[in-house]
Amino acid sequence: MEKPLTKHIMQDGSQLELKNYVQAGGYLVIHKVLKKMSPADVINEVKAANLLGRGGAGFSAGVKWSFITADKEAEPIRYLVCNADEMEPGTFKDRLLMEQHPHQLIAGMIITSYAIQANKAYIFLRWAYKKSETVLRKAIAQAYEAGYLGKNILGSGYDLDLYVHTSAGRYMCGEETGLLNALEGKRAIPRDKPPFPAISGLFGKPTVVNNVETLSNVPHILENGAGWFKSLSLTGEGGTKLYGVSGRVKNPGLWELPLGTPMREIIENYAGGMTNGYKLRAALPGGASTDFIMESQMDVAMDFASLVPLKSRLGTGTIIVLDDKTCPVAFIHNLEKFFALESCGWCTPCREGLPWVEKILKSIEEGNGKESDLEILKFHTHYCAPGHTFCAHAPGAMEPLQSGLIYFHDDFIRHINEKHCPWRS
Amino acid sequence: MLTEKEKYEILDEAKLYPYPSAACLDALKIVQHRRGWITDESVSDIAALLSLSTEHVDGVATFYSRIYRHEVGRHVILICDGISCMIMGYEPVYEYIAEKLGIRFGETTSDKRFTLLPVSCLGDCDHAPSMMINNDLYNDLTLEKIDHLLEKYV
Ligand SMILES: Cc1cc2nc3c(=O)[nH]c(=O)nc-3n(C[C@H](O)[C@H](O)[C@H](O)COP(=O)(O)O)c2cc1C
Ligand code: SF4
Repeated sequence: MEKPLTKHIMQDGSQLELKNYVQAGGYLVIHKVLKKMSPADVINEVKAANLLGRGGAGFSAGVKWSFITADKEAEPIRYLVCNADEMEPGTFKDRLLMEQHPHQLIAGMIITSYAIQANKAYIFLRWAYKKSETVLRKAIAQAYEAGYLGKNILGSGYDLDLYVHTSAGRYMCGEETGLLNALEGKRAIPRDKPPFPAISGLFGKPTVVNNVETLSNVPHILENGAGWFKSLSLTGEGGTKLYGVSGRVKNPGLWELPLGTPMREIIENYAGGMTNGYKLRAALPGGASTDFIMESQMDVAMDFASLVPLKSRLGTGTIIVLDDKTCPVAFIHNLEKFFALESCGWCTPCREGLPWVEKILKSIEEGNGKESDLEILKFHTHYCAPGHTFCAHAPGAMEPLQSGLIYFHDDFIRHINEKHCPWRS
Repeated sequence: MLTEKEKYEILDEAKLYPYPSAACLDALKIVQHRRGWITDESVSDIAALLSLSTEHVDGVATFYSRIYRHEVGRHVILICDGISCMIMGYEPVYEYIAEKLGIRFGETTSDKRFTLLPVSCLGDCDHAPSMMINNDLYNDLTLEKIDHLLEKYV
């Protein structure tokens, strides 16, 4: 099984140094791309590879890049922004790629910037990732010194400056256009679309925003070709995926596996199954803003298309496991408290609705709920659905709630009838 | 009043952007780094330096969780209350620390040594429960570990 993203990642947790990456053939691809390929060639290769965005939405990276005008004279300034805000609860994959394999990301950003003809690129990094910051700043300095960044890279005539920007903590900084506002020093409130960032993004210029894992895949596609990349996955969606598991499993962690690996295999074979004394009930496939998958459904392939018929989605691919000793109402309450707190307050359904949902869940969990409360919760899953709010935050927040109300109906009813949480003595 | 050094650092950061007002958040971080938190006076000073309204700067300052508009202690303890840490038991960790320091979330010890705050998922879910003290991450927390950890911060 090929593992391009993590094959050089060292078990002791240390970072891959520039010299070791170069020795392993890394950065060679930069010579090939900058000297032998046109920006359009790069875009076409990545399009053909079917690299789908690993930030959660699964949009084709090559297609996104092709929205940037090829007319460099008409639009001389354009930007690439790497979304390294990773704040989705239960998600810890980008951290690994930045802390231990910074040059792979930098190489991906050089190629992507070249493809969209950007001369400036930013890594928008979550404030909490202190180690990532140190590692990235050092790696960028090394890359400048070695001539992979800066003016006239490797004598190709192409210039690129790369900056690290650390944020100050808000989930909305991860939302594509909220991120652009944050980078401009404003509140991280999303922008109206259209115009999409490809037309008017950072400082009003054409901009591409891509996730860390998406960009880290790019050097491998250009090195080995679109056909090779597609063959890595078990389904039609190209490549491998960095899957994670957290919760009461024997061996929580991250594994790079072919895209489309069944959920059960990831939990049983890689995460080692449940900790002794705990039973598997359900899981969120890819972070807090995805719908529950029940134990009986876990043979589903973990890719973008296969989870849709189960009314869920791949999201970030980091699985959060719900065991039999954790109260599902408390679980959902924890998520909705997060979403309520992180609402940017711009639009009414989200600003007013999420705190209401949170309060109701709290009162049910504390034994003060009524059956009519379930109707109010259900009402919100429609009221905050896609199309009713300004951005995807509130719809995302409704995903674990709407599926939880169905799958854990009996548990909700028990809280209400018994007037306390059955999981708390 | 901003010090000369603060002004220099802020204006230096502002050079990275097409216009200086984009350095608003950087300015808040620079001042907070030196003074621990952001006072009303600092908000006005930053606004004046970057030609922004005080309302704009305060709007930015109050939006972000890691900009403090209230005084905090010398060390800030951030306990992750994300979903994976909930499953793995952040609550006993919180109760233990709260009891030991005599403060709840949002409070500061009377000697101004510690402020205790919740923080959303730290992206360290395979080593839950986790917390940060200032810039340092601690994970796979057990109650035994905590006493020893707090001693390092005087
Ligand atoms: C509320 C919210 C938070 C988000 N947070 C992140 C994040 O932390 N990291 C990320 O890569 N994408 C995040 N996204 C998705 C981005 O909007 C965007 O789709 C993504 O960065 C695009 O990159 P990709 O195409 O490479 O996946 C978030 C979306 C929403 C609505
Ligand atoms: S849905 Fe929520 S987070 Fe998104 S714009 Fe509206 S209030 Fe802000």
